[in-house]
Amino acid sequence: MQRRLLLKSLLGFTTMAAAMTAMPRLAMAKWSKAFDNGTVDGALNDLYGSAELTADDAIKLKVPEIAENGSVVPVTVKSKMANVTNISIFADKNPQPLAASFTLPEGAAAEVSIRIRLGETQVVKAVVEADGKLYTKQQEVKVTIGGCGG
Amino acid sequence: MKIKAKMKKDMAVVKVLAKHPMETGLRKDKKTDKVIPAKFIKELVCTHGDKVVFHADFGRAVSKNPYVSFSFAGAQKGDTIAMTWTDNTNETLTVEAPVK
Repeated sequence: MQRRLLLKSLLGFTTMAAAMTAMPRLAMAKWSKAFDNGTVDGALNDLYGSAELTADDAIKLKVPEIAENGSVVPVTVKSKMANVTNISIFADKNPQPLAASFTLPEGAAAEVSIRIRLGETQVVKAVVEADGKLYTKQQEVKVTIGGCGG
Repeated sequence: MKIKAKMKKDMAVVKVLAKHPMETGLRKDKKTDKVIPAKFIKELVCTHGDKVVFHADFGRAVSKNPYVSFSFAGAQKGDTIAMTWTDNTNETLTVEAPVK
C-alpha cells in the first residue's frame, strides 16, 4: 500500500514538473523565436526565412554615434522604398540581437522610432523588408555606459 | 500609457510612451544576488476602427518605459485609436486616444 502511494505521488510530481516546464514554451510560441536567437543571422532566418541582406542607402538610420547611456539609445529608421512590410532593428553584440520588429500593414508609413538598450559598443543594424526582399543599413554606436548591467 | 496622435497632412502621427519595467530576466538584484524575473512587453498593437494599423514585437533590448512613434494613413481628425500592449506574463493594457 505504501509503495503504491509513493508511486502515485512520484507520478503526480513528474507530470506536474513536465507541465511546468512545458508552460513557458507554450506561452512563448506565439512570440517569434527570433527574439530568443543569439545570432543576427539566426534571428534573420527565424524572422524572414532568409539572412540575405542588400546594403541600401535609401534607408535612413538615425542613431547617435556616441551613446552616453546604453540603456536608452534612440533609433529611427526611415525608408522611401515602396511596399515596405516590415522593419526590424538588430544590435549584434546584445545577448539576443533582435531588439524590435515592426509589421507595417498597408497605409502605415515606413518610419519608426524606438528606444533600445545596448550592452556595449556595437553595430546597430536596420533591416527593411520591401517586396519580399531584405535591405539593410548599419552604423556603429559607441557606448560609454552599458545598458544591460543596471 | 501616454498616447499622442496628431494629423500631419494625410498621415496620423502617433507617439506612445508605455509605462513598463521591461525587465530582461538577465539582471541580478545587487542586494540579494537573485535574478530579477523577466517582465517585458512582447507586443504593441495599434488599431483604428477594426483595422490593425501598426504592430510591433519587442525583444528584451527595448528600453524601460518604451517609447515608440509611427504614422499611418486613413485616419481623420476626431477619430479614436486604441493601443494595446501584452507582456510576457500575459498582462495586457489597452488605452484609447483621440486623433487631433
